[in-house]
Amino acid sequence: MLKFDHVSKVYKGGKRAVHDLNLEISKGEFICFIGPSGCGKTTTMKMINRLIEPTEGKIFINGVNIMDSDPVQLRREIGYVIQQIGLFPHMTIQENISLVLRLLKVPEEQRRTRARELLTLVDMTPDYLEKYPHELSGGQQQRIGVLRALAADQPLILMDEPFGALDPITRESLQEEFKKLQRKLDKTIVFVTHDMDEALKLADRIVIMKDGQIVQCDTPDEILRNPANEFVEEFIGKDRLVQARPNIQTVGQIMNPSPITITGERTLSEAIQLMKQHRVDSLLVVDELKVLQGYIDVQMIDQNRKKASFVREVVDTEIFTVSKRALVRDTIRKILKMGMKYVPVVDDKHRLVGIVTRASLVDIVYDSIWGVDDLSKIG
Amino acid sequence: METIQDLIYYYSQNGAYVWHEFYRHFLMSAYGVLFAAIVAIPTGIVIARYNRLSTWVISLANIIQTIPALAMLAVLMLVMGLGTNTVVFSLFLYSLLPIIKNTYTGICNVDHALLESGKAMGMTKFQVLWMVELPLAMSVIMAGLRTALVITIGIATIGTFIGAGGLGDIILRGTNVTDGTAIILAGAIPTALMAVLADLVMGWLERKLSPIKKRKGSLKNNIQEQAA
Ligand SMILES: Nc1ncnc2c1ncn2[C@@H]1O[C@H](COP(=O)(O)OP(=O)(O)O)[C@@H](O)[C@H]1O
Ligand SMILES: [Mg+2]
Repeated sequence: MLKFDHVSKVYKGGKRAVHDLNLEISKGEFICFIGPSGCGKTTTMKMINRLIEPTEGKIFINGVNIMDSDPVQLRREIGYVIQQIGLFPHMTIQENISLVLRLLKVPEEQRRTRARELLTLVDMTPDYLEKYPHELSGGQQQRIGVLRALAADQPLILMDEPFGALDPITRESLQEEFKKLQRKLDKTIVFVTHDMDEALKLADRIVIMKDGQIVQCDTPDEILRNPANEFVEEFIGKDRLVQARPNIQTVGQIMNPSPITITGERTLSEAIQLMKQHRVDSLLVVDELKVLQGYIDVQMIDQNRKKASFVREVVDTEIFTVSKRALVRDTIRKILKMGMKYVPVVDDKHRLVGIVTRASLVDIVYDSIWGVDDLSKIG
Repeated sequence: METIQDLIYYYSQNGAYVWHEFYRHFLMSAYGVLFAAIVAIPTGIVIARYNRLSTWVISLANIIQTIPALAMLAVLMLVMGLGTNTVVFSLFLYSLLPIIKNTYTGICNVDHALLESGKAMGMTKFQVLWMVELPLAMSVIMAGLRTALVITIGIATIGTFIGAGGLGDIILRGTNVTDGTAIILAGAIPTALMAVLADLVMGWLERKLSPIKKRKGSLKNNIQEQAA
């Protein structure tokens, strides 16, 4: 619903704040712009409601070039929340919330009802309606600031570091609240922040900017998994990367890619030898196309030594597998719950591609607790 | 002691006359300030928009302010002749500076975040002025009017020299008779009283128009909270 097409902004004096920006945002998406101070986040956002006009390129909202619409009308259709909160001190909370409605000439009675209704969204009682902003705490004021942007039910909301001025605890609770609200209301939100935790927590997609350009634009998981370059890595912080690993890494990334296997045509004594050689007590059985058949372990061989001579006669086909695209997080949980010593990893065609053992899990857990030092030693 | 008795006697004999001059005096000051407000408030708004103009306009108003009242009256008299209008016009000129200056300051001091907030919500330029800037600057503008009114009440006393009447008349009379102390006081006291009253009333208005509304209820709550 929102599209940037080769947008640039050069300020008077030649400062190039945004450089050839291309981005498409779909309806209902929660987009976070993040980057170091001065990288052009605010400029990008303000171009959307024409507080700043692009020097080059075009911005479309629902296919309409914003330069073709009346700026005042355009702004009334876009919610806007700023860091400084910006409630009008001479207006009551009710007047503040319903200001856009007043500009849109909605009758008084309706405005009052709407303000009351919105207030319940953030669990504030209607007696706040007649209060003035200075009678509210910072957190409450910013709640009102958010409600004000929702008043006319605008489908698109712009927020410029809205929680930046709040203390960490208030900020946290407001983020939670806001995320819930956003799911409920299904708005498209463009959110500027310099707080990576905030972005990771709230965003559907994160746009990382540097010097007026997009460095990476992806889902939080994808950014944590595959930071585009060193700048992004640096910006996310090694700490977070390591901690987030189990949550976003796939089994494919951590598995041991060369499990010890045997084919069904081999004899049991060959199997035993293989086990001895690699000091393991079980083997994965595959066919010549590497499709997983099952497993055998030392106990099974021992019990069937007299009756059978080939691996395929004793193989146990009841085997639990994971896909290499499964999340490590989920796999850990399964392994621990089912008390398995290892899990074979297969691809879409059930071909064996690797193995996850309890030992590999220990590594992951170790990394996410003490791994930072380790990583810096390696790096 | 004698003077006070004389004063009381003067008032008892000339009550209606004093009241008439008092009223006249007030009207001259009020008209001066009113006309000045009509010109100076928009000027203040304009120079707050176009900052380059502000130095020029304020310097000009400053120069007017430094002209001695008597000299100003004399010059204006040459052009406009004798009478009330000339006095009102000079009061108008003297009122310009405080009102322009305060309007300018008041508007410039409105928090930039609020202006952006208003604009971003879809206010037109006029709506930003009318719904945000003016209400927020109103108490400062009011303070300008207050200063102007107090100044003009003082200056209006010399209006008597060009036959405009007012409380200056009574004072002038007092200076022209022997032992006129009581009569001088009879004119000076109401003048001072008027200035003080004007200051009080305008001060009250100024607080009333302050953008940060203090409600009694909430104030009480705060005190209780602090006590608890
Ligand atoms: N009105 C302006 N005139 C000139 N340069 C500006 C203006 N506004 C911002 N800039 C410059 O443009 C760059 C981007 O600013 P901004 O978008 O506010 O960054 P961010 O919000 O990411 O911190 C900065 O280097 C800033 O100094
Ligand atoms: Mg910014």
